[in-house]
Amino acid sequence: MSLKGTAAITGVGELKPSRDPGGRTTMELIAQAAVEAVRDAGLERQDIDGLVVAAPMSWSPMVMPSVVAEFLGLQPGYAGLVDLGGASAAGTVWRAAAAIKAGACRHVLCLSGEAQDPKTFYQQQRGRTPPGLSVREFEAPYGPVVANTGYGLIAQRHMYDYGTTKQQMAKVAVDERTNACANPNASFYGKPITIDDVLGSPIVVDPLHLLEIVMPCCGAAAMVVSRAEDATSTPHPPIHLLGFGEQVTHSIISCAPSLTQSPIAVTAQKAYQMAGVTPGDIDLASIYDCYTIMVIITLEDAGFCEKGQGGPFVQEHDLTYKGDFPVNTHGGQLSFGQPGLAGGASHIVEAVRQLSGQAGERQLRNCDLAFVNGNGGIISEEVSLILGNSL
Amino acid sequence: MSIETGYSKPLPHLTATNRPFWEGARQHILRVQCCGDCGEHIFFPRPFCPNCYSSNLQWVDMSGRGKVYSFTIVHRPTVRGFSQDAPYIYAVVELDEGPRMVTNIVGCPIDEVRVEMPVIADFEDITPEIALVKFRRSVPAIHG
Repeated sequence: MSLKGTAAITGVGELKPSRDPGGRTTMELIAQAAVEAVRDAGLERQDIDGLVVAAPMSWSPMVMPSVVAEFLGLQPGYAGLVDLGGASAAGTVWRAAAAIKAGACRHVLCLSGEAQDPKTFYQQQRGRTPPGLSVREFEAPYGPVVANTGYGLIAQRHMYDYGTTKQQMAKVAVDERTNACANPNASFYGKPITIDDVLGSPIVVDPLHLLEIVMPCCGAAAMVVSRAEDATSTPHPPIHLLGFGEQVTHSIISCAPSLTQSPIAVTAQKAYQMAGVTPGDIDLASIYDCYTIMVIITLEDAGFCEKGQGGPFVQEHDLTYKGDFPVNTHGGQLSFGQPGLAGGASHIVEAVRQLSGQAGERQLRNCDLAFVNGNGGIISEEVSLILGNSL
Repeated sequence: MSIETGYSKPLPHLTATNRPFWEGARQHILRVQCCGDCGEHIFFPRPFCPNCYSSNLQWVDMSGRGKVYSFTIVHRPTVRGFSQDAPYIYAVVELDEGPRMVTNIVGCPIDEVRVEMPVIADFEDITPEIALVKFRRSVPAIHG
């Protein structure tokens, strides 16, 4: 089923990430972003008849969509939960469009957010895994560090297979930081860094340094996905969903088909095909960057360069909003911050802003087509989206 | 190898399905399931073959030999009990028979571990019931 032209993003809301929730709960952060998005779309509460929530990592009650709907005063005709890790936010967008196509609803709120306390972040992750699951019985005894160890393994094997260097990985963090310095909402706004800064920061999981790893923080994001026919008179130009692809391949890293080739090779192709575009048509790559190596692997698997050439590609291209190949112009999660699963939403929100001419100082001159990628787990869950400002 | 007391790191929970794996480890034998129908080696343990969905599975002894598929050196652990081990080597080993598993490389200086380095299973007795499957270099030194 093609969803091209079915639905468009008509409004977004995004909180500035913060290190401390300031007494606010996950529900309150998510609701604040939701209200902003509904206003941004020029809609009212009564217009919202669909709801898709990305499952917060620190707070997983049963029947969560009804909890969120009740808080927001909604009685949706479609209510769902997406649990794809970092790919969840991207997963909410195409599911919203599919529900619209099925006739279940017209305006869907897609929500994500987290009020995690950075001090207890790692303990919360541990508490969620019940006995008997592979990750608990066959990984935990050997000392993994949430996702860090997985991406350390990925980076090491990529360096071995393709000669990728630490300097090339560091370049990703540096260019994203330059972008963040043009985004007042970014966590690291006003704090430029150099390759030496990245390589001089503490090694957390060799070969990855502290400045190559996302910082957990608090925040929330919301998007209104509207039926195309209902997206013609909204305050901002509608940003159309032109294509998507999704694939889940494994959970634990020893079961990954490959450590250097991600399922993005499949999901990006599906998305391009549905949209009827090629990588050469894309103006902005807004791609999940939990770690620097993930940007390199995504650029390869999404077809922006040959497999294995992601390292030289990021070295040779300027990835900033001023550059020849803009990537993550909001700063990426590495410099914007990772407010739980709203980190994955930040790539979508930025694409909407760039495509609708609302990106301020970092606005790209020509931006009509964006490739967005959400990545969950250890290259386990992938969702690719093609967004555009015309059909 | 001594039995540690007050071991504070996470330990596996034995289930009906994974018990033969851990009982093998306790006897310092690395064994995994093999599908009697399609021949697939299966790791982690399951009640059926994830390739062909057959339940005709046998536990078979592995050679214990493999190679480092990839590794990372953990300098900043976050889970209680691992702090005193840092820096330690966290790795995925690919067994000669095919399956990959997460493990630690032990007895190897952190600056000498390499991708594709040959390794052999080395069991660490933790409790009377549990021995963890770790790996050590299977050659005395790595050059180049």
